[in-house]
Amino acid sequence: MKIILKTPIRDEDVEQLTVGDIIYLDGSLITCRDMGHRRLIDLGIMLPVALNGMAILHAGPIVAKEGDSWKMVSIGPTTSMRMEVHEKEFIKQTGVKLIIGKGGMGPETVEGCAKHKAVHAVFPGGCAVLAATGVEEIEKVEWLDLGMPEALWVSRVKNFGPLIISIDTKGNNLFEANKKTFNQKKASVVEEISKQLKFIK
Amino acid sequence: MHHRKAVAAMTDIMAKFTDYVGKHLPDDILAKLRQLRSDENSQLAKVVYDSMFDNLAKADELNRPSCQDTGVIQFFLKAGADFPLLSEIRTILDEAVRTATRTAPLRHNAVQIFEEKNTGDNTGERIPWIDWDIVPNDSGITLEVYMAGGGCSLPGQGKTLMPAAGYEGVTRFVFDVMTSYGVNACPPLLVGVGIGGSIEVAANLSKKALFRPIGSRHADPRGAEMEQLIEKGLNEIGIGPQGLSGKNSVMGVHIESAARHPSTISVAISVGCWAHRRGTIRFNEDLSYEVLSHKGVML
Repeated sequence: MKIILKTPIRDEDVEQLTVGDIIYLDGSLITCRDMGHRRLIDLGIMLPVALNGMAILHAGPIVAKEGDSWKMVSIGPTTSMRMEVHEKEFIKQTGVKLIIGKGGMGPETVEGCAKHKAVHAVFPGGCAVLAATGVEEIEKVEWLDLGMPEALWVSRVKNFGPLIISIDTKGNNLFEANKKTFNQKKASVVEEISKQLKFIK
Repeated sequence: MHHRKAVAAMTDIMAKFTDYVGKHLPDDILAKLRQLRSDENSQLAKVVYDSMFDNLAKADELNRPSCQDTGVIQFFLKAGADFPLLSEIRTILDEAVRTATRTAPLRHNAVQIFEEKNTGDNTGERIPWIDWDIVPNDSGITLEVYMAGGGCSLPGQGKTLMPAAGYEGVTRFVFDVMTSYGVNACPPLLVGVGIGGSIEVAANLSKKALFRPIGSRHADPRGAEMEQLIEKGLNEIGIGPQGLSGKNSVMGVHIESAARHPSTISVAISVGCWAHRRGTIRFNEDLSYEVLSHKGVML
């Protein structure tokens, strides 16, 4: 059965999810990446958008101005790991429930997700037009002084996905588990190849 | 053609080509992705490949950049020493980028160092980046347009090893980068490895390795063998699309090399994400042109 989360998202909505689940989102989605996190956590500047029960997307979109409104042209996820230094505190201060990005995040985010009931999910990277077609409307933009990629773009989305759960509320981290497997396989592979590369004699 | 008219004509073609490259993957990359997709049978790998191809179809249909991160635009030139517009290349490419930024539209990605302001038009200090190779006794010019997002630029690293580390050390370095940073850089990746005697040589060559067509091999049979061994080894690790694990890890491994100092062996790695937006265009002296990366395309 297709799982669709709707904002505002409740604790019990995310508690039922496990890493590897594929979900979709209906409702509000706010872009928030490096500078949005830095301003709130490092500089103590209040976010102009309430994120309690909401979903954020680590992304810097391409938008086009059409008259008085904005059109979402292209909006794929950016590397979530850059926000690792801030995310735990960000979850605590904002009450955000769904964090969407690309690639995995680290142990601090895992802790924040478990403690404050939130999940991290990946949208397939580089699929920016697919994502843009899930945006029904850009409702508003805040902090445009940061430039197009870093501004907070508040969108209404429908059937936004696929979103693959990479960190759940139970302490699981899909990418860390994968990395462990990759590194285990690596040692023997490198050893085997090295035998055939003794060009310096 | 009058000189000023020629500059305008080449600027126009390069603007259109830059716009086009952000929206369409080159032929060899598409063929490789189709092949990798057909190998997968897990639900996660399949849903990601489906999204990728769905996205490419929508980018074409809606005439939009296929990935929102259209990079800091780079041009790698093989410029004929007798090409008539050599003196105007900087002006032509700057203006082409400004125009493509509006028409495509491309994301604003040029942030000035120290000033730390986004210029808003994708030009800035030394940007678009231009890398020159001068080709003697040639009156044409071949340009590679490349858009690398931040995600696949992050794994870029280099290291100068002592010769005792050998090609074994080079291999270990590539694998270490790939299983850490490579996982988040939108795999399946194209892996460029540069080997030489100092770090900037290796770094430059690692980037140029990404412009070789997929399936091409290093001219030295030992280099070709090393490419194949690393490629096979990385695929055995099974990083899969987006690092979610799968049957493969990479689209290919290309090595470019330069003779080294007896006391050093430098290695660098650059990777291209699956959305490898590379375009190759060849101009003749009279500005007639051919798009080599995307067969049959007229701009």
